[in-house]
Parts: sequence; structure tokens; C-alpha cells
Amino acid sequence: MDFLIQGITIITWQQVVMWGIGGLLIYLAIAKDLEPALLLPMGFGAILVNIPLSGVLNQTLAGIGDVNGIIDWLFQVGIEAAEVLPLLLFIGIGAMIDFGPLLANPKLFLFGAAAQFGIFATIFFASLLGFDFKDAVSIGIIGAADGPTSLLVSQVLKSNYIGTIAVVAYSYMALVPIIQPIAIKLVTTKKERCIKMPYNPKSVSHTTRVLFPIIVSIIAGLVAPASVALVGFLMFGNLIRECGVLRSLSETAQKEFANIITLVLGITISATMRAESMINIQTLMIMGLGLLAFVFDTMAGVLMAKFFNLFLKEKINPMIGGAGISAFPMSARVVQKMGIAEDKHNFLLMHAIGTNVSGQIASVIAGGVILSLVPTLIK
Amino acid sequence: MDMTNATIALILMGKGMAAIFVVAIIIYLIVTLLIKFTPSDVKEDK
Repeated sequence: MDFLIQGITIITWQQVVMWGIGGLLIYLAIAKDLEPALLLPMGFGAILVNIPLSGVLNQTLAGIGDVNGIIDWLFQVGIEAAEVLPLLLFIGIGAMIDFGPLLANPKLFLFGAAAQFGIFATIFFASLLGFDFKDAVSIGIIGAADGPTSLLVSQVLKSNYIGTIAVVAYSYMALVPIIQPIAIKLVTTKKERCIKMPYNPKSVSHTTRVLFPIIVSIIAGLVAPASVALVGFLMFGNLIRECGVLRSLSETAQKEFANIITLVLGITISATMRAESMINIQTLMIMGLGLLAFVFDTMAGVLMAKFFNLFLKEKINPMIGGAGISAFPMSARVVQKMGIAEDKHNFLLMHAIGTNVSGQIASVIAGGVILSLVPTLIK
Repeated sequence: MDMTNATIALILMGKGMAAIFVVAIIIYLIVTLLIKFTPSDVKEDK
């Protein structure tokens, strides 16, 4: 009857800690509504993969040989093989995004670009802390504030910390309403936060909306060929949305398709959340660096807006620069709330949404640029 | 501290941010032209 207690006898304290972490993720998803579509499957998956001799992982059984586990298989096929799941999710995300507020005020693109600075600053600090360069880059990409991009880049670079990076990226995205106000206040004065911005958007033609995803894909692809998969799939989803003749496909991509991919992606990521690779000091360091990435992103966006104000007659509220990260629409909402908190007649939402969607494009381009540059720098 | 990797990180920062801004500026210019030269879908009341 030894087999009844076999699992209990080989359990490690690290696995028990991972059950706790899995439970915490499930709690945050249910009780705090923090990115529930991802944190809940990841949390439950973390418990499944940390049960001794878990059948969801590949096993070598005595007298039988190798047996495939479903979560290991999903990881190999869905992420390791060609980053299928994160890329397919981009189609759904692209179909969800309305680039209208950005197209109506295209200079907001530059705020999204500036807000990617946190990625590179974090890569620098992670390198200083002694992380292998590919791992440092993968940690820095947490600053994209974009879960699929973080996953894809860390997977392509074969980072040793994919699971940790995924958990930290999604957790901080959920914590944007706490992190960003502090970072924004650190680099703005009350007077700047009170600047009002009238909203007089330019009219955006259907032609512009249709041409936009095609043009972005070509330009990003020419500058950073490795970005074609990332940017191309995001823009493909957006083209489905904007073309006007694929309404049913667009709705499916936004809802059922994105939901199914998200569900499978969450449980698949948990393949990397094994106790032996997560219970270590590096996990704490990655959490600290991830926070740094979000703070630097936000500050860089705000400082870019302040730089613009040196030349503009009609001043920009620099807080909208802080929304240049990919966490949509949380970041835009943060700026709107902060604007109203300073002056109840200060409505910044549409400007912040424009910057926020520019951050979505810029983060994906940043991921592609990094994938193009890193091989040339470490050859 | 690994200064070699840190130096590479600084080079990546320079090249990466430059590339992102180049893409952003080109897109900005093209979108500005598109907005200017493509007719609006909104019909104005006469």
C-alpha cells in the first residue's frame, strides 16, 4: 500500500510554497478582480504542476517509459514551437482596439514611444545585477506592460525565468492603478496636473483606419523585421475590425477567440511555474526590477509630455504621457481619475486613451526591435 | 557587477529607443498626411 503515500513522501516545501502562490493568484483573481482571465488559470495550473509526480507533466514511468503530460504538451506546441498562443491572442487584441483617438491626434505616438524607456532602463539594471543578458532583456520586457509580448520575447530568447516573468508582468499590469499615480506624482507638479485639455478630435476617414494597420506593419517590419509576427498579428486583428466587411469575424476575434486563447494560455504558462525554477532569490529580484520597469515607463512618458510643453503654446497635461504603456484601458483610467482628483472639470480620458493605444503599438514594436537587435549585440 | 553586459544594455537602449522613435515619427507623418488628404466620412450639414 506504499503507493497511497508515495506522493506525500516526496513532496518538497518549495512545492507547498507554490501551492500557496497558486492560491494567492486565484484569490487575487476572484476577490480582487485582478486580471482574472489569466491569473486564475495560472494559479490553478501552478497547483497542478507542483503536485508530486503530476500527470499534467511529462513523466518517465517504470515499465512503461515516457508519458506526455497535457500542460507540458500545451507548452511545447502552444508556446515553445512558434509562440502560437501569444501571437494568436494578438489577433483578438488587435480586433478589440479602436485606434480612433490616436489617429485623431497622431502626435500621441511619440508619448507611447517614450514610455518604452522603462524596458531598456530595466535591462541595464538587470545586467548590472548579474543576470545573463538574454534573461536581463526578458526581464526588461516586463516594462512593455504587455503580457503576450513579455511571454513571446522571453520565450524566443529562451530565458530561464519565463514563468516568473509572466506572473510578474500580469501582476503589475493589474497593479497599474496603484503604481502609476505614485510615479506620475513624483515627476509632476499640482499645477501641471491641473492643465485642462479641450478635446477637438480631427475626423478620421474609413480609408485612414483601413490603411493604418497595413502601413504600421510595413514600417515596423522594415525597421525591425523580427517585429513582423508581433505587429503583423496585432494589425491583422485591427484590419479585420476596421475593414467593415468582416463584422462577424471581428466580433468572434474580440470575444470567443480571445477568450479561448486566454484560457489556454493561462494554464499553459503554468508549465513554467515549477517550484525548482521559481522559489529562489532571482524571483524577488525580478519582482523588484519589474516594478522599476513600470515606474520608469510612466516617468519617461510624463517627461516626454513635459518636453513637448517647452515648445507648445497650448500646453499638454503631462499626466497623459504616463498612459503611454500598454496596460489598456487601466492606464488611461488612472490618468482620468487623477485629472478629476485635481480638478473635477478636468476630463483627460480621450487624450489618455489615445496615448494608451499608442503604448500598445509601441510596446509591440519595442518587443520586435529588441528581438532584432539582441542577436546582433551578443553574437 | 557585470559591466560588459551593462555596456551592451546601454547600446541596446540607444539603438532600441532610436528605432522605436524612427518608427513612431514615420507613422506620425504618414497618419498626419492621411488625415489631411483622405475625405472625412462625416457629412457636414449644409
